[in-house]
Amino acid sequence: MALFARRKHGEVTFTESDSFALLNRPLKSSGVLIYDAPDHLVKRTLSPKKETLDLDHGRITLRRERRQWHLELSAYPQIVPYVDALRATLAGDRAALRRMFTVELAGGLANWTLELRPIEPRVEKTLRLIRIAGARDDIRSVLILQRNGDRSLMRLGPPPPP
Amino acid sequence: MKPRRAAAILIWAALAGIAALIVARARYAADLSAFLPRAPTASQRLLVEQLRHGIASRLILIAIEGANGPTRARLSRALEGELRGEPEFVAVENGDQAMARRDRRFLFAHRYLLSHTVTPQRFTTAGLHAAIANTIDELASPLGLMTQALVPSDPTGEMLTILARLERRARPRTAHGVWVSKRGHRALLLARTRAAGSDTDAQQRAVNAIGRAFAASLLAQHAHARLEMTGPGVFAVEARARIKRAVTHLALVSFALILTLLMLVYRSVPALVLGLVPVVSGALAGIAAVALGFKVVQGVTLGFGGTLIGEAVDYSIYLFVQSRSRPLPAGADPRAWRQRVWPTIRLGMLTSVCGFASLLPSSFPGLAQLGLYSLAGVLAAGLVTRFVLPAMLPRGFHIRDLTPLGERAMRVLGKARRARAALALLAVAAGAVLYAHRGQLWNRELLALSPVPQKLQRLDGTLRADLGAPDVRYLIVIRAGTEQAALAGAERVGRALDPLVRENAIAGYESPAEYLPSLALQRRRQQSLPSPTVLRSRLARALVGLPLEASRLAPFVAAVAAARTAPLLTRAQLRGTSFAAALDSLLVKEDGQWQALLPLEAPASGPAATHIDIRRVRRALATAAPVAATVLDIKRGADALYGTYLAEAVRFSLIALGAIVILLVLALRSPVRVLRVIAPLALAVLATAAGLALFGVRLTLLNVIGMLLIVAVGSNYALFFDQRERAPAALTLASLLIANSATVLAFGVLAFSSVPVLHDLGSTVAPGAWLALVFAGLLAAPKPPDPPPPLYDGAGRHG
Repeated sequence: MALFARRKHGEVTFTESDSFALLNRPLKSSGVLIYDAPDHLVKRTLSPKKETLDLDHGRITLRRERRQWHLELSAYPQIVPYVDALRATLAGDRAALRRMFTVELAGGLANWTLELRPIEPRVEKTLRLIRIAGARDDIRSVLILQRNGDRSLMRLGPPPPP
Repeated sequence: MKPRRAAAILIWAALAGIAALIVARARYAADLSAFLPRAPTASQRLLVEQLRHGIASRLILIAIEGANGPTRARLSRALEGELRGEPEFVAVENGDQAMARRDRRFLFAHRYLLSHTVTPQRFTTAGLHAAIANTIDELASPLGLMTQALVPSDPTGEMLTILARLERRARPRTAHGVWVSKRGHRALLLARTRAAGSDTDAQQRAVNAIGRAFAASLLAQHAHARLEMTGPGVFAVEARARIKRAVTHLALVSFALILTLLMLVYRSVPALVLGLVPVVSGALAGIAAVALGFKVVQGVTLGFGGTLIGEAVDYSIYLFVQSRSRPLPAGADPRAWRQRVWPTIRLGMLTSVCGFASLLPSSFPGLAQLGLYSLAGVLAAGLVTRFVLPAMLPRGFHIRDLTPLGERAMRVLGKARRARAALALLAVAAGAVLYAHRGQLWNRELLALSPVPQKLQRLDGTLRADLGAPDVRYLIVIRAGTEQAALAGAERVGRALDPLVRENAIAGYESPAEYLPSLALQRRRQQSLPSPTVLRSRLARALVGLPLEASRLAPFVAAVAAARTAPLLTRAQLRGTSFAAALDSLLVKEDGQWQALLPLEAPASGPAATHIDIRRVRRALATAAPVAATVLDIKRGADALYGTYLAEAVRFSLIALGAIVILLVLALRSPVRVLRVIAPLALAVLATAAGLALFGVRLTLLNVIGMLLIVAVGSNYALFFDQRERAPAALTLASLLIANSATVLAFGVLAFSSVPVLHDLGSTVAPGAWLALVFAGLLAAPKPPDPPPPLYDGAGRHG
């Protein structure tokens, strides 16, 4: 965790595969993930549709084409775990993680897995667990498992070309 | 007592009694309406209407400070609970989630009537395919995990469309479930009052209600915190309190100061009391005149009244000092005074009347009242001094001899006269100062007249930014005969504005039609919805190539079927959501006509940041929407309005000046004499203006009025220095000194007021009047030495 706290800025590409019980096949998307310690996380989806999700100090700004939404994370406690889990891990914010989840760490420094299970009953109803895997201070993948079978797997790849 | 004396006193008593009656039964008000001009043109009326009871005028912004975050949140919720039942408020919002949930439920339930993408095209096969494909793509995001539950009922994404439109404006931050300021150290609430901002009494009740509710909340929560409120209604209440305080304060202080001055001078209580008779008469006459001429007497008028005391007391001073001194010097008896001095005073009175009369046609009710008040007051004081006061004086009335004072003053004046060439230098210097400051000389903002303290105005700005509460500078007003016509007009205008939003000429707009579309539009949307059978067959074709089974969309088909026959939305269905209050403020009935108000938001960035090109908006409206719509830039409009009235004040002042000059020419019949009278006054005005400029004061309307008064009041002194009559110069000078001191004191007290209007006037006239006396003395023609007084023993016999 301490390792993470030292990181100030990072940029990686990501590919994501979302499987919904609603749909017949998984949705694939990819883009760039930008992190600025400790409270700023930007997910810029480039394919299939351009979209930017900006999480800054607890406010989310979602930009799609010409439309914009502003959300206060505190107003939507249901999404906090999804969005904040990644940010908190990147920031080494143990306290934030512990507030939302029971945290289980497995593996060693070279290859570790963080299992986060939600504490709050409302969230626990839909979210089963979040599994973050990485090596040293690099996050490799984020897996989100819903109780209804929906899952989302995001693989963090190499930094984007300059 | 001679019958003529008795008659004079009786007539006076009768008139005073009538005036007192009128004054007692008059209506008084102490609000800002004195500073809002009477507006002749329709768009100016609209502007002033918006300023007085427009949307923004009904908002009260509330901030809770102190304690800690969770406590503030508890207090916020407690306060909202306490205020919920109060009749003064239409809505009290604090960002609580319950309201937000109700709002979302409402929007979701009526999404097919509210969403602007519900068109026939949307429900064709191609349209359905495009919309659903889009929704699926949008699922691939963290929000997708949340919104995917809605997809079976709303695959075309109407809910998101509606939210995108409504959430365009940045919402306030929330913490612990309620709205907080940007830095989080204040909990914020927004209250909408039922009454307009211009109804100061109702706003006072609202403010009191909030205070009480907060106290109750503090008790219930066992907490300690502070409450702050801002908003136009709050400002009006604050302004009224300040004006009331200032008026009482000023009246008492000026009265006390002048009483002290007169006591020091006369050293006799009867003289003091009798000397105040013209003052009281003048005040009564002034207030009665205003009460008769206007519906309501403004508090500020009474505030100015203190200055009348300084003026009116001059007349009795002249009378007493110049004609009732004991021992009685030559030429200083009552008859000589009546014959030779009174005409001078009369002329001075007439010039003052000219000056004040120029204020009567002013478009500012406050100024018109000041003009009438002073005019009536000066006339009454002068006439009472001439006709009634002498009748009241008991036989043998006299005041102490002030000749020593006068002679001392003469010596000083004699010495100072040698430096009179310096006056020319002063004139040039003053001119230079004014020229150097000509760029920042004028304050062109209406806000400069506001008695609301700067600190409160700044707090208001901060809270508005934090709450996203509109300052409503740019506004489109649509007038129509019926509510539906107004909504339809709003819809047409909205369509004309959309291209401007895309080009970032405006950041966005708010429209009542977004909360409640017109019945016609709702019907059109209903008719776009296909029947269940048609919809199912189109869906089957539309879903080809998409990873979604038609069977999953059964809730969607049911929802559309229900929406086809659902009753149309009316105001009633909005109750309980935050949209009700928004609609109430944007769709109003005014004077039997319906008005739809569309506040425009200026772009936050880009080349046109924080400014909207009104002409562009007007062009867009003209070509696209043939509707009775007016585009207002309220701030610029208000400042422009103020600018025209500033120009008007300057014009009237010049006219008054011209009238005074003509009057002087007619009375004095010699251009040289007129020049001698005018020159010191002009110099006094120049020097005062330069002095103010040097101090960094930016001149407002009231400074201009003040300069006019310097001329009107100063002319009394200048005329005395002019007269060729051989009244004893010493006594005259003494009387002038005392009279001038009274005037300077009265106006000087105003200069310390925190009400800008009174302060500006006082700080102009006090120094100006003093300078007028000094300059008049310096520039006066040297008097021939007084001939030795003939032997005169008071019994009228010459020796």
